[in-house]
Amino acid sequence: MWSLLLNTNTGWVLLSTTMLGIAAGAIGCLAYWKKQNLMSDALSHAALPGVVITFLIFQEKNLLLLVIGAGISALIGALLIQWITTSSRISEDAAMGMILSVFYGLGIMLLSIASRSSGGNQSGLDNFIFGQAAAMVRSDIRTMMMLAVIVILTVVIGFKEWKIYLFDQSFANSIGLPLKAMNTLYTFVLVVTIVIGIQAVGVILMAAILIIPAVSARYWTHSFKCMLIISSIFGAFSGAIGTLISAQGRGWPTGPFIVVVAASFFIFSLVFGKEKGLLIHYLHRQNQSKQYRVNQLPIKGAIK
Amino acid sequence: MSQPVISVKHLVAAYQKNTVLENVSFSIPAGSLTAIVGPNGAGKSTLMKVLLNLHPAITGDITFFGRPFKEVKKRIGYVPQRGSVDWDFPTDALDVVTMGLYGDIGWFKHPKKQHKARAFEALEKMGMQAYAHRQISQLSGGQQQRVFLARALVQNADIYFMDEPLAGVDAATERAIMATLKKLNALGKTVIVVHHDLQTVEDYFDHVLFLNQTIISHGKTQDVFSKDNIRRTYGGNIRWLGGVD
Repeated sequence: MWSLLLNTNTGWVLLSTTMLGIAAGAIGCLAYWKKQNLMSDALSHAALPGVVITFLIFQEKNLLLLVIGAGISALIGALLIQWITTSSRISEDAAMGMILSVFYGLGIMLLSIASRSSGGNQSGLDNFIFGQAAAMVRSDIRTMMMLAVIVILTVVIGFKEWKIYLFDQSFANSIGLPLKAMNTLYTFVLVVTIVIGIQAVGVILMAAILIIPAVSARYWTHSFKCMLIISSIFGAFSGAIGTLISAQGRGWPTGPFIVVVAASFFIFSLVFGKEKGLLIHYLHRQNQSKQYRVNQLPIKGAIK
Repeated sequence: MSQPVISVKHLVAAYQKNTVLENVSFSIPAGSLTAIVGPNGAGKSTLMKVLLNLHPAITGDITFFGRPFKEVKKRIGYVPQRGSVDWDFPTDALDVVTMGLYGDIGWFKHPKKQHKARAFEALEKMGMQAYAHRQISQLSGGQQQRVFLARALVQNADIYFMDEPLAGVDAATERAIMATLKKLNALGKTVIVVHHDLQTVEDYFDHVLFLNQTIISHGKTQDVFSKDNIRRTYGGNIRWLGGVD
């Protein structure tokens, strides 16, 4: 294990997936309370055609360029979902389902064209499907970390504003919060988080690292601030541990391992969570019925 | 009659293709306590949302103190319908009330001790001090409504809009809320309430605005709260007409 860390590239990759986990854990909380968990899934799938088209145009695997392409394509997906929902009778989940599969299908189609045109080896472009953190070079990592820091700062600086935006939009608007600007900013940071994650986690599983840490954190706290922090910690450890495990085998994809680690945090939270965990619920019920029985005793005595 | 604080002229608003408000004109005198009444779908909540710039108007002219909404935003407080938010959101009562002070605290700054103290004071006024650190999901409907009202109180506004604050609350909360509204009124504040219970209109409000897509009647309660106006607003479907001449 230590020899892995001493290998500088692995160290850097580890740091970047940890940062990604923090950013995804934080944005995941916003998505959770905006009730848009499926949206993040739709957007990450919608990013794939952008990645491939950018590669086809520039014929090089530069993460910054690919990220911009992915971002544009995800934003087009977001706009289409919004347009379908507002201009027709189609509901949002149906719109998301359509965009998700159509964009993903388009991405895979383009990917097979790309792989043929550039002679079999499409320079690891299919890594974007399941994620391959180890394939990232130093400049990719720099790009990714810089964007992750921007995302994290956006959430931290506007914490109080995000809170009221998520809790009570009409009141937020009545005290002068610019809702439209916040909606745009929210979509923007969500898309940025998704696109910086697609190389490490992949488009298929990216949504999981946005959704699972936030859902797990909900089991531990009744405070939005703590939920953000706990979710970021879960995200960070999922990213780090998943990357470490996937680095054990040659060519093991990173995304599935990160998701499995995140899922084990979820199961742990589900059972042991301090606020809503199953165990706490069980003990609480036991305690209540015990108290009830104790309270009954003196009454019995009085009747006698 | 005192000078109007809100003046609305020829207001039209719609949801998609359906016109909800048609040629609505009225003015609200300063220091009045007004009930907006009308059947379901009459546009009561929409009217409030349009006034607060939460829903766009197609045409019409709305002024507060003779000025547009944006210039006087800080002087206007709003209590949304209780059902409009998710009470499962992880926060406590004091924190929700503190949200009413966000304008004072300033963007991107943290609330200070004095803000928390003011929020606590508002909770006290609503008899909710014991619940300051209670999870909002664990409050009863009436308590949640009191928290919302406390949040409006800390805003220290001149005009208050409240969307059905008495819907689905217990008798004690109804009394507490009405006492607060009367107190606000005594301080010279103007309060506009979307109200659903015709039986209490005369006891609670000094002005009534009958609305059914357009203004049916508007004025002092004693002048306009009549069987005739109720029938014109609600059509033939009103069961309760007792006690009104």
